[in-house]
Amino acid sequence: MKGQAVRSVPLPKLIFEKSRKGRVGCNVPVADTPEVDLKAALGQVREELHLPEVSELEVLRHFTILSHVNYGIETGFYPLGSCTMKYNPKINERTAALPGFSMLHPMQPASMIPGAMEILLGVQDMLKEITGFDYITLQPVAGAHGEMTCLMLIRAYHESRGEGKQRHTILVPDSAHGTNPASAARCGYDVKSIPTDADGNTDLKALEAALDDSIAGLMLTNPSTLGLFEPNITKICEMVHKAGGMVFCDGANMNAMVGTTRPGDHGFDCMHLNLHKTFSTPHGGGGPGCGAIGIKSHLEPFLPVPIVQRVDGKPSLDWHRPHSIGRVSPYYGQFLMEVRAYTYLRAYGKEKMHEISHYAVLNANYIKARLKDVLPAAYDRPCMHECVLTAEKYKKQHGVRALDISKRLIDYGFHPPTNYFPLIVPEAMMIEPTETECKETLDAFCDAMIEICTEAVNDPDLLHNAPTSQIVGRLDETKAVKELDVRWRTKREGVKV
Amino acid sequence: MNVPADLKYTSSHEWVKMEGDIATIGITDHAQSELGDIVYVDLPEVGRAVKAGDTFGSIESVKTVSDVYAPVSGEVVEVNGMLGAQSEVVNTDPYGKGYLVKIKVNGAADGLLDAAAYTASIS
Repeated sequence: MKGQAVRSVPLPKLIFEKSRKGRVGCNVPVADTPEVDLKAALGQVREELHLPEVSELEVLRHFTILSHVNYGIETGFYPLGSCTMKYNPKINERTAALPGFSMLHPMQPASMIPGAMEILLGVQDMLKEITGFDYITLQPVAGAHGEMTCLMLIRAYHESRGEGKQRHTILVPDSAHGTNPASAARCGYDVKSIPTDADGNTDLKALEAALDDSIAGLMLTNPSTLGLFEPNITKICEMVHKAGGMVFCDGANMNAMVGTTRPGDHGFDCMHLNLHKTFSTPHGGGGPGCGAIGIKSHLEPFLPVPIVQRVDGKPSLDWHRPHSIGRVSPYYGQFLMEVRAYTYLRAYGKEKMHEISHYAVLNANYIKARLKDVLPAAYDRPCMHECVLTAEKYKKQHGVRALDISKRLIDYGFHPPTNYFPLIVPEAMMIEPTETECKETLDAFCDAMIEICTEAVNDPDLLHNAPTSQIVGRLDETKAVKELDVRWRTKREGVKV
Repeated sequence: MNVPADLKYTSSHEWVKMEGDIATIGITDHAQSELGDIVYVDLPEVGRAVKAGDTFGSIESVKTVSDVYAPVSGEVVEVNGMLGAQSEVVNTDPYGKGYLVKIKVNGAADGLLDAAAYTASIS
């Protein structure tokens, strides 16, 4: 496979470039009704829409070819750390497509859709049990949205106690996901960074020094973005609570804990979950996401409306919440994602749920162990669901960066891991295999990484020039940022074609 | 890595050149190398008061966005206007044309590292 083209697909043209005037996609029979003068009927009609004029076959080929140059979990291993790119079982799609779910109208009253309400309640109940929290809301539509909703609840809590103005600072470890300080800043909080100690844990001395009555809360990812479980977690929660602050758990790494340990039991006051990571609903363009949150009962009065509840055995919506922070999304969140998550949870079953975290952790430790001689772990101790390795020696000795290793990995047919995150690890490579990969795939990936590290020593330019097997080579990221050009313009607009 | 002997440094990788009560501030060669290609520099307005240790701007590279911390307290008296269009000079000339701001220092500039101490901190 080395250095050879994995696919031999030429750079596809844009569908606009394939357009020829007058070409049509489908045959429409001659009208047997009188023709209407659109201009007379509507008053104003655009002369041209500049839509591509192509045949049906060309459209089909165009999108089929585009699908061939795509890379996803269904084409190969996707070890993108912090993203939990696990397989999304097909049965999720089957249930989400059932007309009883897919044909619902969001304005239908709850009394008309008891089945859908049962799904929402079912997901809430299962997530409560998995996380150890008292209440779940499924409304936030993305991970960062869940973070922000939790921060709004924390603010509402402090305001209800007359400490809203005084508590204006959120603490965030220096290893945090960038969304944490961003969410806090967006909520109007000052953000203060807490360093990581030599073992990769939260620096307790620095935390102690930062805690005073201006602290609204701490946002902590556990396991941390270093892929390490925070051993002092209960103590940290106690310290922050003693200072009057709340502790939020960034649940991006929940895949390491499902069925094994519960953040609600660690002392956290609230957390967000990414259903599109841990609970197998699709990511990104295949999404949308769902950033469900779990909270302890002292935050319950402030939950966003409506609350999906069960009264006298019947599901209903509660809108009468005087202390609520209000709505955070239209309707009840991404309903069909809840159907997928429900399917996943029920298909696994409570008894086998721990296998998710057990195999996720085992797979990450297997990769860490197999690569230890070529790419050592940034902190050498057992990792959780992902391992963070450092390519620093290749940069120092051979001028090869983590980015070059990642680009070379594309030539070997694998999606690169996350690079340069967390920021506190030099030349970081963050690898998250998930529980859905078999040993053969993990071995093939490790073999490729080991071979690439040999190439880095013997032939660094092979890595500097990678990838060479794709329809495009190394992209100029600097130029892409500085001269952003993502729009195709027609000939009429004087550019291209 | 280039660490000029006549400058002072912070552990967060800013450099300071004192001339009278005016401090010229930038990021170190090590910092620009770690950041990679810099694509955008966000600087404060002239006249803004800054406190030592607080962030006064940010630098965006293809890898990440990084805050820049004020090594001294005082008032911003000049910002490097060249960086709006040519942020890459922070990469090519971090101690010269790629400086970020000049600050009129208010009080003493304490707690800065000399070149030897900074070199030790990054090696």
